[in-house]
Amino acid sequence: MKREESIEYFVECARKDFSFVEKNLSQIINEIKESQRKELNYIEEFDEESVLLQLNELKKSFENKDSKYNGKLFGVPVTVNDAICVKGIESKAGSKILKRYKPLFDATVIQKVRSEGGIILAKTTQDEFGFGSFSINTEKVPKNPFDNECSCGGSGGGAGGFTAYTKSFHIALGESTGGSIACPASFCGCVGFTPTYGLVSRVGLIDYAGSLDKIGVIGKSVSDASLLLEVISGFDENDSTSLNNGFERKEVPIKRIGVVKDFFDNSDESVKKIVGEKINELKKFFEVEEVSLPLNVEYALSAYYVIATSEASTNLAKFSGLRYGVQGIVEGKHFDEYFSEVRSNEFSEETKRRIILGTFTRMSGFREAYYLKAMKVRTVLIKEFNDVFEKFDALIYPSMLTVAPKFSEIEKLSPLQNFSMDICTVPPNLAGLPHISINAGFVNNLPVGLMIVAPHFGENKLYSIAKVIEFE
Amino acid sequence: MVQVEVNVELIKKIARNAKIELKEEELEKLVPQIREIILKSFNKLSEFDTTGIKPSFQPIETSNRFRKDEVKKGITREEALLNVIDNLKEEGYFKGPKAI
Repeated sequence: MKREESIEYFVECARKDFSFVEKNLSQIINEIKESQRKELNYIEEFDEESVLLQLNELKKSFENKDSKYNGKLFGVPVTVNDAICVKGIESKAGSKILKRYKPLFDATVIQKVRSEGGIILAKTTQDEFGFGSFSINTEKVPKNPFDNECSCGGSGGGAGGFTAYTKSFHIALGESTGGSIACPASFCGCVGFTPTYGLVSRVGLIDYAGSLDKIGVIGKSVSDASLLLEVISGFDENDSTSLNNGFERKEVPIKRIGVVKDFFDNSDESVKKIVGEKINELKKFFEVEEVSLPLNVEYALSAYYVIATSEASTNLAKFSGLRYGVQGIVEGKHFDEYFSEVRSNEFSEETKRRIILGTFTRMSGFREAYYLKAMKVRTVLIKEFNDVFEKFDALIYPSMLTVAPKFSEIEKLSPLQNFSMDICTVPPNLAGLPHISINAGFVNNLPVGLMIVAPHFGENKLYSIAKVIEFE
Repeated sequence: MVQVEVNVELIKKIARNAKIELKEEELEKLVPQIREIILKSFNKLSEFDTTGIKPSFQPIETSNRFRKDEVKKGITREEALLNVIDNLKEEGYFKGPKAI
């Protein structure tokens, strides 16, 4: 990527001449409208008035040379995954049950973006509550910009799709529980950066699974994605799982990289070829050796789906059709009847399936065998990663086993086959490890993603390796 | 391994606990799907010997952190009612369904 195409360059120009901000914003607003006209479904909610108000505020900052003017994101439009709360803007995590819900507050990450001079542009589409790998479990299904018959990936399909679609300066906020950043980044040819669990505050995130959720970034380049991650990371006293660590971009020495054979061998031949070529290029810079993660390959999906559905089923218990979101007529109804009616009408089939699975795994008599067992298995799976990281700085493999599938192919998958599509993205997510997916090339005009995984707090290892790959 | 028969009765009971009413056609579709996920995926965990292993409730070790017990300004009554539809608020209160 040329420096002239980077967000950092844009910010430098914007500080000298505010028309850069105005022109870029006007162009990206046109692109949003064009994508809406073409029904590409990247955008869940766009409030032009609020965007223009922000532009006016920034113009004052430009004149006053205040802290926003000096911010790292001065004038940069940022789209937001629908699960992240933006004050006064409908935020519904892709769910019908949260229709009309306008948060009274900004999520911590939104506050951080605003204080660095960023413009909160629009909400992007996603699978309901993050439940899915193809963004099909929602009303507006995003279409892959490289081939409209294919999926953008999930659950943050709108973020990946729009990042690939727009030619303007822009970055996207995403959320990953089991791969919702890496998957759309891979299918849409973008960079998806998922941080260590706890590095970014989750305050204001409509939660899926508390011990797995992480807010991260999708951008056009490694430097763009890393810049936004730098802005949003750091301790938040309002988040009990927030860590004291922050992230500051810095190139660090990298010696040895492990190629995870198991994921590699299971990939489509075309994906294997493209990622293999990239890895061969890396041998010029690093020692590259094969490694294996047999326990993760065998058990990560099972442990992940037990934990994710268990936590989701409790998190979703709060949606009852009162106080916010969809509400109905309560007269003459017992609370049991009213709550059940709203939930049964508004939750999608996928959500009902996950709530039932998660309620089952926590039921008396089954809790020990499923929920607690999965938590113990997670301990061993994290250790398997940590043992490998004693020898390697980072691990590398295809982000997804295939390129973006067609919607007609996805329709044929059973729910269990759907879950299995996440085999490459689930292990680092289950272990809370930072990972980055970057484009490695194309097969039949569809992007192929390459995944790099680092130890906890190894974001700069990812940054350093990804920069080399991007440059190559 | 826990022996479990995933049948219509079990799924109906779970759904009731989760405050979801399933229609007959939904049950017909969901029961075999859920059975497949539990038997082929979730039950795999029973093969794994976890004797003496502590559970990881978080992927990273965290400890309880306490903030000072100070009163902070919350939202106003008007703000609390902003997301409520007209027929579910009355005289500054939320209105809900019958509870007893």
